[in-house]
Amino acid sequence: MTEKNFKPKIVVFACNWCSYAGADTAGVGRLQYPPNVRLIRVMCSGRIRPGFVLKAFELGADGVMWSGCHFGDCHYVFGNYRAVEQFEITKNLVKMLGIEKERLRLEWVSAAEGGRWAELIKEFVEDVKKVGPSPLRKVQGFKSSKVQGKKEM
Amino acid sequence: MKEEIIRKTKAYYCLDCGKCTAVCPISNVRNGYSPRKLVTLTVNRSDDYVLQEAGLWFCLTCRMCQDICPSDVDYVELTKLLRGEAKKAGEEGRCSHGGALQSIMKIMTAPDLKQDRMGWISSDLKTSNDSEYLYFVGCLPYFDTFFSDIKANSLDIARSTLKILNLSGVEPQVIANERCCGHDLLWTGDFENFKRLAQHNVNEIKKTGAKKIITSCPECLMTLKVDYPDLLGKVDYEVMHISEFLSDKLSQIKIKGLEKKVTFQDPCRLGRFMNIYEAPRKVMKSIKGVEFREMKRSGAKAICCGTAGWINCDAFSKKIQDERLKEAKSTGAEILVTACPKCQIHFKCAQSEYGKEKSKDELKIDIIDLTTLLALAIGGE
Repeated sequence: MTEKNFKPKIVVFACNWCSYAGADTAGVGRLQYPPNVRLIRVMCSGRIRPGFVLKAFELGADGVMWSGCHFGDCHYVFGNYRAVEQFEITKNLVKMLGIEKERLRLEWVSAAEGGRWAELIKEFVEDVKKVGPSPLRKVQGFKSSKVQGKKEM
Repeated sequence: MKEEIIRKTKAYYCLDCGKCTAVCPISNVRNGYSPRKLVTLTVNRSDDYVLQEAGLWFCLTCRMCQDICPSDVDYVELTKLLRGEAKKAGEEGRCSHGGALQSIMKIMTAPDLKQDRMGWISSDLKTSNDSEYLYFVGCLPYFDTFFSDIKANSLDIARSTLKILNLSGVEPQVIANERCCGHDLLWTGDFENFKRLAQHNVNEIKKTGAKKIITSCPECLMTLKVDYPDLLGKVDYEVMHISEFLSDKLSQIKIKGLEKKVTFQDPCRLGRFMNIYEAPRKVMKSIKGVEFREMKRSGAKAICCGTAGWINCDAFSKKIQDERLKEAKSTGAEILVTACPKCQIHFKCAQSEYGKEKSKDELKIDIIDLTTLLALAIGGE
């Protein structure tokens, strides 16, 4: 894959109450942002675990974004504080595995920040394009999971 | 496929005596699970039925049943092979921690990975590039990070091991791009990814030119010593656990001593699988001031720490762990010594379990690794 036509695959975990609604606001406002992201809605950013992010990387994601409500805004009061704890662990694991730090990002986006959401995605896609395809994309015969197996059929 | 597995593991010799169920730690706490049941199912039912059996994933592969079996049914091998077939048939199996540890292992199969895993080697610890010894660290850096919330401090084991090796005059090599040994992938049926890790590690070891490998983890020990040669043919290195290495080096090290009562948890891979019972005890007894107390069920009868291969952690594992911790405490020991980083993680997790504040006192006992105990006794800065 050459650098020029590299289309990054990015997984975004967004919380139900703020970030996902923020993405919705961007959509309602007809704001353009790159189509490289796959949005996964979770009930709270505190629900996201290191396993989610690692699984995304394992399956060949070029970047992962972890997003939730601003501090004080969490629907479950302290969910995003939990998210920070889990994010720190994930960040260290990802660094240890030799995956570039640009590929993982934690962002707080509120339901009203549609514009900011579009900007963030634009910025993240650019950053990931700069570091290039994930080193895990090239794993030969990679079909460890059911999802991948189905795709090949 | 089933006929071959049955032949290989001698499952048809099963007499239905039920001794396996009587000693199985899982059967003890979980109604409806029994090793005998799985053997009988394998022999009598269709392939599909056996592979969908949930009990397949409960087994700890601790080998209690196999050791007591009068007909010599290779139960752990049966579980391993059946899990392999189940994975091939598209079964997901089970995973604890949202599959994070499985993902870490699978990510490590990528050939071009450049890991950043040497940060733990502080300046007072010495390694070299041409020693005939090699220290195989295993997943300790990852465990240390992942289990930081229960304060597993797995890297203490690595630092203590290196310190002890340095004091006994060895400055071992450490591979910068070492991968997970693949033990857990092997025992949860992912043979394909296990093979990739094995190949990579054997190549890396060959590149270093080291002939003697020291591990601080019994699972790495077993995998490198038994499973790699099984898979890839003869290997030209020798593997030993740190306690074996120490058995004739202890007199060389100056040990200050430690006034503590200790007891020992035999890890299943070190004990029942590799038959190393005396070496760790010798290390503990050699420390001046340490009073060694044996648990009621020890040696070949030691109970597993309750979880294996990061697949079967649940309320039943916690029951096993609680029981074992109480047993350790009942010996009057102040420290529970383990020789496996995973035993340590699982017991520490059981102690820190939420909502158990009331019972916390009865589970409270310090848990440290054998190498950490020795490093403490040696003293210094």
